[in-house]
Amino acid sequence: MKLIIDNKEILANEGETILEAAKRSGVKIPTLCHHPKLSNYGGCRVCVVEVGGMNRLITSCTTPVSEGMVVNTDSQRIRETRKTLLELILSDHPNDCMTCDKTGDCTLQDLAYEYGVKENPYTGAIRQYPTEDKNPYIIRDFSKCILCAKCTRVCDEVRGVGAIDIMKRGFYAKVATPFDGVLDCEFCGNCVDVCPVGSLTEKLAKGKGRGWETRKVDTTCAYCGVGCGITLHIKDSTVIKVTPTEKESVNNGSLCVKGKFAYDFINSADRLKKPLIKKESKFVEATWDEAVDYTVKRLKEIKEKHGSDSIGGLSSARCTNEENYIFQKFIRAGIGTNNVDHCARY
Amino acid sequence: MTNKPKIILGMGTCGMAAGAKTLLEKVESHIREKKIDAEIVHVGCIGMCHEEPLLDIAMPNRCRVIYNKVKPEDVSKIIDSHVLKDKPSKEHALSQILPDNGANPYIGITYFEEMPFNRKQQRIVLKNCGFINPLYIDEYIARDGYEAAKKVLFSMKPEEIIDTVKRSGLRGRGGGGFPTGLKWEFCRKAAGDTKYLICNADEGDPGAFMDRSVLEGDPHSVLEGMIIAAYAIGANQGYIYVRAEYPLAVKHLKIAIDQAREKDFLGKNILGTGFDFDIDLKQGAGAFVCGEETALIASIEGERGMPRAKPPFPANKGLWGKPTNINNVETFANVPQIILKGADWYSGFGTEKSKGTKVFALTGKIKRPGLIEVPMGIPLKEIIFDIGGGVADGTKFKAVQTGGPSGGCIPAELIDTSVDYESLTAAGTMMGSGGMVVMDNANCMVEMARFFLNFSTEESCGKCVPCRIGTKRLLEILERIIAGKGRENDLDLLSRLGSTVKGASLCGLGQTAPNPVLSMMRYFKDEYEEHIKDKSCRTGACTALSRYIVNPDTCKMCGICVKGCPVEAIADGTKKAKKPALIDDEKCIRCGICFEKCPFGVIYTKGAKKAAHVKEGLSEVKV
Repeated sequence: MKLIIDNKEILANEGETILEAAKRSGVKIPTLCHHPKLSNYGGCRVCVVEVGGMNRLITSCTTPVSEGMVVNTDSQRIRETRKTLLELILSDHPNDCMTCDKTGDCTLQDLAYEYGVKENPYTGAIRQYPTEDKNPYIIRDFSKCILCAKCTRVCDEVRGVGAIDIMKRGFYAKVATPFDGVLDCEFCGNCVDVCPVGSLTEKLAKGKGRGWETRKVDTTCAYCGVGCGITLHIKDSTVIKVTPTEKESVNNGSLCVKGKFAYDFINSADRLKKPLIKKESKFVEATWDEAVDYTVKRLKEIKEKHGSDSIGGLSSARCTNEENYIFQKFIRAGIGTNNVDHCARY
Repeated sequence: MTNKPKIILGMGTCGMAAGAKTLLEKVESHIREKKIDAEIVHVGCIGMCHEEPLLDIAMPNRCRVIYNKVKPEDVSKIIDSHVLKDKPSKEHALSQILPDNGANPYIGITYFEEMPFNRKQQRIVLKNCGFINPLYIDEYIARDGYEAAKKVLFSMKPEEIIDTVKRSGLRGRGGGGFPTGLKWEFCRKAAGDTKYLICNADEGDPGAFMDRSVLEGDPHSVLEGMIIAAYAIGANQGYIYVRAEYPLAVKHLKIAIDQAREKDFLGKNILGTGFDFDIDLKQGAGAFVCGEETALIASIEGERGMPRAKPPFPANKGLWGKPTNINNVETFANVPQIILKGADWYSGFGTEKSKGTKVFALTGKIKRPGLIEVPMGIPLKEIIFDIGGGVADGTKFKAVQTGGPSGGCIPAELIDTSVDYESLTAAGTMMGSGGMVVMDNANCMVEMARFFLNFSTEESCGKCVPCRIGTKRLLEILERIIAGKGRENDLDLLSRLGSTVKGASLCGLGQTAPNPVLSMMRYFKDEYEEHIKDKSCRTGACTALSRYIVNPDTCKMCGICVKGCPVEAIADGTKKAKKPALIDDEKCIRCGICFEKCPFGVIYTKGAKKAAHVKEGLSEVKV
C-alpha cells in the first residue's frame, strides 16, 4: 500500500507500523522503548507523529500503516512534545553522565542532546532505590531506569525466562524480580544489551572504558558449536565487554552466560598460550611441532604395546560439528577403537 | 408470592453502613418475640442514601410505606402499629410507594414518586433497585425479568437486535459514550469463531457507586443484558470484571449467575434454543486503571493490568487475541428494557444525540446525596437543587465535578448546562461514569484539583512517561501552591504540562488526568492566582496559607492558649510573663486549638481560616 511520510510517497506492507515503514524509507523517528525484536510497547511516547485527519499525536511504533495515510514526523508540536517527554524523564534521572559507564552509548543522552534539553522546568521527587549488585554479573541501578520495559520484554518474549517484571504503580513503578530480591536468573545478559540507558550494566566492564574508547571487533564465540556472532569491545589490548553482534548472525541478537560474561580467560595470567610437555615430573614449554610429534609417537607406542582399545578420545562441545566429526573419524579409523565421546555425546 | 405482611430492609452497602444490620437483628428478634407472621425482605439501594437506614412495610393489598432514618429503638413501635394494627406510624413514615396493583394507599402520607428527590427522576436502569430482593431470581422474573432474553432468543436475529440498540441511541455508560449498537456491530462483523463478551464492573471513580448499586440491587438485569449482547455478537463466553472491594456485589452476582444457570438462562443450549452462553466472574485486585478496557483484558489474561496500544481495538483483537466486546454495567442494564419496550420508546428520553437516562451518584456538599437516574438533557440545576436539595444551609453552591478524576468541574454560573454528552464536553468536562461531586464555597478549587490529581497519580500504572512522571509533576506543582510556595509561572507550567499529558498519554487515564486541574483553572483562575501571589486561600482549606495571630492589645494573658498549644509555639501570654501571647509562625502547625480555646476571642486568623470554622459559622476577622 502507498502512504506519504514527510511529503514522500512510500510503499509499505500491510501490518507494518508507521515506524517500520519510515525506517525503511530512511526517515529517522526517535525511540526509547521500541526494539525490533520485541512486541510493540508504546510506553516512552517519544516516537509520536502527526497523522492527517487525527487531532491527537499518535505513537508510530504501535500504529499500523493504512492506505493513503499522511504522516508527518517532524513539526514544532512534535518537537515540543518530545522535548517535554525528555524533560520529564530527565526530571527523575540522576543525570550523572560524567561518571556513568553508558555515557556516549546512551539513547537518552543522545535524544537530550538532539532536542536541546537543558534547564529543566520540571523538578520534584526522584526515585532513589539502592543499586543491586549482589548478583554475579549485572549492576542494576534502578534510579536510572526509564521503565521502557525492554529488559522485561526480552526476558519474557525472547528468552522465555520471565525473571523480571514491573512491580508497584505509577511514579514508583520498578523493574523487579519476584519479591524484589537479588537477581538470580540464567544471566544471559540480554537485558543489559537492550537497556537504552545506564540502568543495567556489566559488572566486569565497570570503569574499564566507554563506548568511544573501545575498538569493536566482530567475531564468533568459541564456546560451542552454535557459533554465535559476538562483538568484542577492546580498549588498548584488553577485551572489556562482549555484546551480541548487530550483524545478521545465527544467534539473532542473543547470547548465553558464557558468550556474554565468561571472557575473562582471554587476559588471564593462567591461560595456556604454548604447548607444555611433562619432562621429569615438570611441564616444560615446547613448540607445536614438538608437541604434535610427541603425541603421535606416544599414541603409536601405546597402540602397539596395549592395543587400540587401550586408547580413548574425549572431545569438546566448544569445537564445531566438523571438528568433532573429524575427531571421531580419527579415533575410530585412525586409532581403531570406538572409545570416543564428548561432553554433548556423539 | 405470599400474602403475609412484608418488612423490607435496604441491605445495600449504603444501608449496611447506616446501620441496617442492627435494624435487621432488631426486626428479627421483635417479630420472634411477638410471634408476628411477617416476611423479612432484603432489597438493594432505592437511591435515598441520605435517608438510610430505611425500613419499609407492605401490608397485603396496601401501599408500601417507607420509614427513613430508623433508629433501632423505634422498630418495635413502627412494627406494632403498622403490622399489627395496619396503622402506619406517621411520625416515622417518609412516604408510600404508588400502588401498581390496585393496592390501597394510606391517607396523609406523601407518595414516594412525588417527593422532590424522585419527582424528576426516570427509573429505567434502577427500575428494580430497592424494589426486589436481588437474591431471588423469581422476584426479577415477576417484573418482566428475562422476557427480553426470551424475546431475542426465540424471535429475533442478531442483526435485528443490533439494529434496535443502534436505533435506541444507547451510548456507553462507562464514560466514553461510544454508540453501543455500533460497538456490537464491529464485534459481530469481526473475523473469528470465538468471541468474548465482557462486563466492565471495575467502577473506581471516587464518589461513584452507580454500578455497585445496580449489581447489588438488581444483578439479573446485567446478566440479561449480557445474554442479549452475547447472542447479538455471537459470543459463548462472558466475563464480569468486578472490583473485589465490592464484596456484596460479588456475592449477589455469584448467586444470580447460579440461579440463572438453574433456570436455564445461562449455560449450554439456553432454553432449548441451541445457543450456549456462560459467564465467569473475575475479581479485580484494586487497580483503577483496570477499568480501562485493554488493561482489564490484560488483567483477565493474568498479566499485569497495564493498558495496551490501540489499534488493534478489542472488537478485533481483545481477550486472548479474539474479538471482544466490552460494555459497562449500566449499559447492559439498559438493554433488556430497550428490547422489551422498543428503540423508539427509549430514544424518546434525552436529547438529539444523548438518548435515554443516566444514573448518577450524587455526593459531596449536597443536602440529599444518593443514587439518581435522570433523563439525558435535564438541566444540571434541576439535579443539584430540585433533586439534591441544593447545598447545606448557609453555604453557597460553587461547582460540581462530573466524570470523577477524569472529568472537570462546572461552575455555578453554568448551572443551566444540559446534562448530555455534548454539552458536558463543551463545558470542559465529561459525562464520565456518573459521579457527581458537589462543592460549596468551603471547597478550595486548588485543593480539589490536588485531590483528584493525587488519585490519578497514585493509580497510574507507570507504563507511559507522560502519565507516570507528568501527573506526578502536575501534582507537585499543585502541592507547592497549596503549601504557599507557588511560583510565578506555575499556572503556565500547569497548563503546558497538562496539555502534553493529555495529548501524549497512552490510555484514557493519562489522557484525562489533567482535566480537573485544567477545568478548575479555567473557571477559578482568580483562586489559583490568590494562592500564588497573595499566599492566601479564601476558603481556609489550605491550612499552610493560614496564620494565627494574637491581638496584643486585647490579650488578657490568661495562658490558656499557651497550655493548649500542642507544639509549644506560643510564647509569653501569662500573667507571670507580663507580656501578651505571641505565636511563632514557624513552629505553628495550624491546628486551630488556640483559636478555639481563647475565651476572649483575641486570636485571629489571617489570610484564611480553617474550614471547620466556616462550618461553625465563625466569621473571619482580619487584623
